[in-house]
Amino acid sequence: MIDLTVNGRAERHDGDPAMPLLWYLRDSLGLTGAKYGCGVGLCGACTVHVEGEAVRACMTSVGDAAGKAVVTIEGLDPAGDHPLQKAWRQLSVPQCGFCQAGQIMQAAALVATNPAASPDEITEAMSGNICRCGCYQRIHAAVRQVVGGA
Amino acid sequence: MLGYLDRELSGRVRPDTSTDRSGDPILVGRLEKLDRRRFLQLTGAAGAFVVAFRVLPAEAMQPYPTGASGMPNGTVSDPHVFVAIAEDGTVTIVAHRAEMGTGVRTSLPMVVADEMEADWARVTVVQAPGDEPKYGNQDTDGSRSLRHFVQPMRQCGAAMRAMLEAAAAARWGLDPKQVKAELHEVVQRADPSKRLGYGALAKAAMAQPVPPFEALAFKDESEFRYIGKGEIRIVDLHDITTGKATYGADVRLPGMKYAVVARPPVVGGRVKSYDASAALKVPGVEKVVEIPGSTPPAKFAPLGGIAVVADNTWTAMQGRDQLKIEWDDGPNGSYDTTAYRAAMSATAKQPGKVIRKQGDPDAAFAAAARVVSAEYYEPHVTHAPMEPPAAVANVTADKAEVWAPVQSSYGTREDVAKLLGLPIEQVTVNVTLLGGGFGRKSKCDYVQEAALVSRAVGAPVKLQWSREDEIHHSFYHTTSVERIEAALDGSGKVTAWRHRSVAPSILSTFAPDSGYQFPIEYGMGFVDMPFDIPNVVCENGQAMAHTRIGWFRSVSNVPRAFAVQSFAGELAHELGRDPKEMLLELIGPARIIDPKTAGMPKDFWNYGEPYEEFPIDTGRLRHVVELAADKAGWGKALPKGEGLGIAAHRSFVSYIATVVHVKIGDDGAITVPEVTTAVDCGYCINPERVESQMQGAAVMGMTLSLYSAITFAKGRVEQSNFYDYEMARMTRYPEKVAVHVVPHPFPVHATGVGEPGVPPFAPALANAIFAATGKRLRDLPFGDTLS
Ligand code: FES
Ligand code: FES
Repeated sequence: MIDLTVNGRAERHDGDPAMPLLWYLRDSLGLTGAKYGCGVGLCGACTVHVEGEAVRACMTSVGDAAGKAVVTIEGLDPAGDHPLQKAWRQLSVPQCGFCQAGQIMQAAALVATNPAASPDEITEAMSGNICRCGCYQRIHAAVRQVVGGA
Repeated sequence: MLGYLDRELSGRVRPDTSTDRSGDPILVGRLEKLDRRRFLQLTGAAGAFVVAFRVLPAEAMQPYPTGASGMPNGTVSDPHVFVAIAEDGTVTIVAHRAEMGTGVRTSLPMVVADEMEADWARVTVVQAPGDEPKYGNQDTDGSRSLRHFVQPMRQCGAAMRAMLEAAAAARWGLDPKQVKAELHEVVQRADPSKRLGYGALAKAAMAQPVPPFEALAFKDESEFRYIGKGEIRIVDLHDITTGKATYGADVRLPGMKYAVVARPPVVGGRVKSYDASAALKVPGVEKVVEIPGSTPPAKFAPLGGIAVVADNTWTAMQGRDQLKIEWDDGPNGSYDTTAYRAAMSATAKQPGKVIRKQGDPDAAFAAAARVVSAEYYEPHVTHAPMEPPAAVANVTADKAEVWAPVQSSYGTREDVAKLLGLPIEQVTVNVTLLGGGFGRKSKCDYVQEAALVSRAVGAPVKLQWSREDEIHHSFYHTTSVERIEAALDGSGKVTAWRHRSVAPSILSTFAPDSGYQFPIEYGMGFVDMPFDIPNVVCENGQAMAHTRIGWFRSVSNVPRAFAVQSFAGELAHELGRDPKEMLLELIGPARIIDPKTAGMPKDFWNYGEPYEEFPIDTGRLRHVVELAADKAGWGKALPKGEGLGIAAHRSFVSYIATVVHVKIGDDGAITVPEVTTAVDCGYCINPERVESQMQGAAVMGMTLSLYSAITFAKGRVEQSNFYDYEMARMTRYPEKVAVHVVPHPFPVHATGVGEPGVPPFAPALANAIFAATGKRLRDLPFGDTLS
């Protein structure tokens, strides 16, 4: 039995503690914002926050999240108006959109810990997140806009 | 790209019904303007592509024929099909093409909304299920959506506007000429204070007869609110940024099971025997199901294998790990891409089947002062859409419903109906968002798998491909050797051109393999080579397929542009010329190429478009070269280790030139600080999405250039995931991509955008690397560091 909170709600998992958080969120809780892209920590599509830190949900077991607070894209901001979400919309960042929840969650952890991140620090922090459609220019610009206090 | 190919090959192409079904004279004849807003049909003969006169660019909308009439189920423009208006004024517009990141789900409804004077803020877009008899062709590939549907969607919007005006006029007892639609209301011209909202008019408007094309008044370009502006945000933007957008893998049904499949590692292989006892012991695994295999050519039939069904995806994957399967590899078990490359290279040194011949190339080569030759190679590539294939199916005794990210929803419906032996009316295909497609999701093998497993377990099933599955079991971009030879005379003029292309054909997926390519492949940067050279021969050497070959974004244009445009750079070097000047000299004067005098084949494929309307116009190609060079500051002094390279290519009837600025680090690392792309895609309907497609094309071009290679040994793909099939990341992406769109009025036909940005990138980068280092790279991929 594993207790954790997801987007502020108490949840209980009574299955295998080794189950990756990604599949618990998606299949058990129906929170499909975090995506499966590679399953081995290489693409970032599954990025969520555990205790405020960006983690790959495909590489984090439910057991690892026991007693912790998990936040997914669905819970990042109650109205979907996190400054990054707004910047993403202002700059029309997405193409297919599939990677974008992971990109936003990764960026959100960055701006929370480093609100004045430099362009190089943004590049560094975001380099684990693949966008096959190639929205990097706009992703970088959207994060810059937020750390620039716009 | 070739989504209709399967239907063509299986003889199931329906006659072109675009003219008789929805009254789309727009597509079948030339129309002459009666006045600024009225048109009269000149000729009504279907397929009458003989153009009596050219469009005068000053006019707002002169309908023109497109290849849409040659596509299965053509086009539809009936407002009853595409538009619904609620009493509260909400306008619902149907998007019938699939959204995979191009923005089509926004751009086409936007055209309807603009032409019907709807307020975009009050428009809702809904996705059509697969139903081509109702909506017209739905094969979302070939960079065709806007070039085929901008006209029918304008017609649809104009008809809806006329019906709203007629309804308001009737209510007021006025002549329709005395009223006009204006941003979600109809107003009286004489007294603009008298207004009726679209909601209030909805019912009466829908009861009006749909006006024939001849009676329609189209907006003048100056009156567009949304078209051509690039200010409308994509409709899914809020859902995407909040995690609410629904992709294939996000669909959930009550009682749904989860499945993954272990597939034969070699195409055409079979399950010899298997033991599922350990798999069935994994808690949560409920069942294993054998899926019958297929032998090429098998179109999009599943590869076969063993499906494991469980109560969640992870458990299904764990169960799959426990399967013990003995495979029979079949005849492709010896496929080895290293040996295959050597064989292709040997073939390219021999004469091949002549596909295009102009002048007397043999004589010109015999008389040459010198001959320059080079061979270019591209390995197989897979699409790696961010969302691996996934589908949900619910199959009962007499019905099937699927939810899937598919580029060809109606093709999927046909295939699923056939697979299950159900009448097509009993099959529903709901289209989710696609987490990238790039051609992979034109092939519905994963949907067929889901349908088979659902039928076997008697429950709804979500079937998920892992990333490894996607990389191991694709329909691969062909591998190719492109060999080019040029004869030069004493003055350094190119007198003859010989291009030999050797590559397994996509056709092998659909029909018994001859080893030769077919017109669609020949038409992509091979026989349509636009250089002004008097003697030309294009030959195709035989190459049998040993895996599933499919179309990947830009298809054969990728290896052809790489070869032809790299070779232009090599000639420049050989002759001591500036590469841009050399390229312009090769292209020659501005002219419309006559395929006949150029010796192109009789069945020359012009992206399915009537040649008279979409000819090869070297003036437009020259213009993008000059524009890109100018904007990139061509000729500027650069520090050591940096260089500019240029390439230009016409594909999907668009003209693109790209200048890549490369910087080689002390350690040899290849970085691209800047890309400048000039785009001539005719009239630009949504400049903002054109820019994003070009930015994305530069990133995909970077990935193709530096990383992409699928190799086979013993018939098996050697790559597995993003660690050995790498993607450009933010640490290695073109940091600045400047996109310059050539402005055109509406009569300059809208052309392709989704694909044509990709092909010029690799040769521009290769040319830039040569400029920076003197090193000529002829094999894709280059790796991210020069050795
Ligand atoms: S799915 Fe977790 S990093 Fe790719
Ligand atoms: S938007 Fe498609 S993968 Fe990033």
